[in-house]
Amino acid sequence: MGGFRQSVAASVPALRRYARALTRDAEVADDLVQDTLVRALRSEHLFHGGELRSWLYTILTNLNRNRLRALARRPAMAAIEDNDAPDLAGPEAGGRDIERALAALADDQRSVLLLVVLEGLSYREVAEVQGVPIGTVMSRLARARMQIKDYLDGNRPPLRRVK
Amino acid sequence: MMERDVPVTADELHAYVDGVLPPDRRAAVEAWLAVHPNDAADVAQWRAQADAIRARYGAIASETVPERFDLDRLTRPRSSWRAIAATALIAAAIGAAAGWIAHGVSASPHPGFEQFSAEALNAHRLYIAEVRHPIEVGAGESHLLPWLSRRVGATLRAPNLEAYSLKLLGGRLLPGPNGPAALFMYETPAGERYTFYCSRANAPRTALRYNASGDTAAVLWVESEIGYVVSGPAARERLIEIAQSAYREMESRLPTRSTENEAMPRRGS
Repeated sequence: MGGFRQSVAASVPALRRYARALTRDAEVADDLVQDTLVRALRSEHLFHGGELRSWLYTILTNLNRNRLRALARRPAMAAIEDNDAPDLAGPEAGGRDIERALAALADDQRSVLLLVVLEGLSYREVAEVQGVPIGTVMSRLARARMQIKDYLDGNRPPLRRVK
Repeated sequence: MMERDVPVTADELHAYVDGVLPPDRRAAVEAWLAVHPNDAADVAQWRAQADAIRARYGAIASETVPERFDLDRLTRPRSSWRAIAATALIAAAIGAAAGWIAHGVSASPHPGFEQFSAEALNAHRLYIAEVRHPIEVGAGESHLLPWLSRRVGATLRAPNLEAYSLKLLGGRLLPGPNGPAALFMYETPAGERYTFYCSRANAPRTALRYNASGDTAAVLWVESEIGYVVSGPAARERLIEIAQSAYREMESRLPTRSTENEAMPRRGS
């Protein structure tokens, strides 16, 4: 009981990080997280063990899909996708470029990439979150990475912050 | 025959980058990359992407968690919270649009125009509330106007509204009803925010129109297939004055240089 709530609370920072990267909007992101928490607490009886973290990411991912549907802003992705030439570099251009490159991805691809590299989920966990086979996760991951590469290559040299 | 002779798959390259490759395949992948420069370049690029993503968003998880996420608070007034939480996102977006459209029906018969103004007002409401990230590119950055002009597909300028104590903070790119839209944000010393929205409009040329919706109001017009919307607090006289000033500046078709330069000195102030 208390353990469940504690684990949910402990996940909030990571959920906020994921939501922010997913939506690129702090307010929308925090609304999504709040909605996720409310649902998780309400559905505690539906949670039969397993990875709590994956479960929370699943709720958040689904809520975000609903949100996009509700907004029904169809040109959003296509518009940014076509040929957004990133702008001449300033010191922060790297951060903005990766933001735009992420924005140009299809939602499922962006979600896979973020869950893997930002949230550190395993491929199997990502497959659970998205409700797809692992092969689909791998192809989404590959497509996301190639598209970001194309996006960044098309316009300027690759990111500078290679460590 | 060792594992390293088994051909390396694309999935393994991803697993290698993500640190989840089984240890017994590591040597094989590294040997493969040593003789496949294209794959090695991909791997380096994917790592750089991951670094950039973590650099951009990683710190968010270290922020102090705002009180609104306190679980006890979230569950206390049960029924009302559920209703609010479940509908907050949608209501915020749709409510604004619906209210606006309902309000604008009699004034503007053109359907494309209504969606256009609803989008502009939504953007205004969403971004004026942003404390930390109201804009995407600052007014001091010289590529602000060229970038947004290129994306919207028209020569844009951010009107100089200093006469109304409005300083240009910068702008951002948004999805608009008919393609990309530009949103410029202005702020008074007291923190009141106004926005100037520009995007392609499928509507005929119009005169200036004033519309209020709650505590927010907008003045909009269409010229040469570009729609312009000035939004701000619902103080009619002032908003109309500001919009007229912006309108005149758009109409004058003067080179944008002076506007840019005057709008710039924001950084240190």
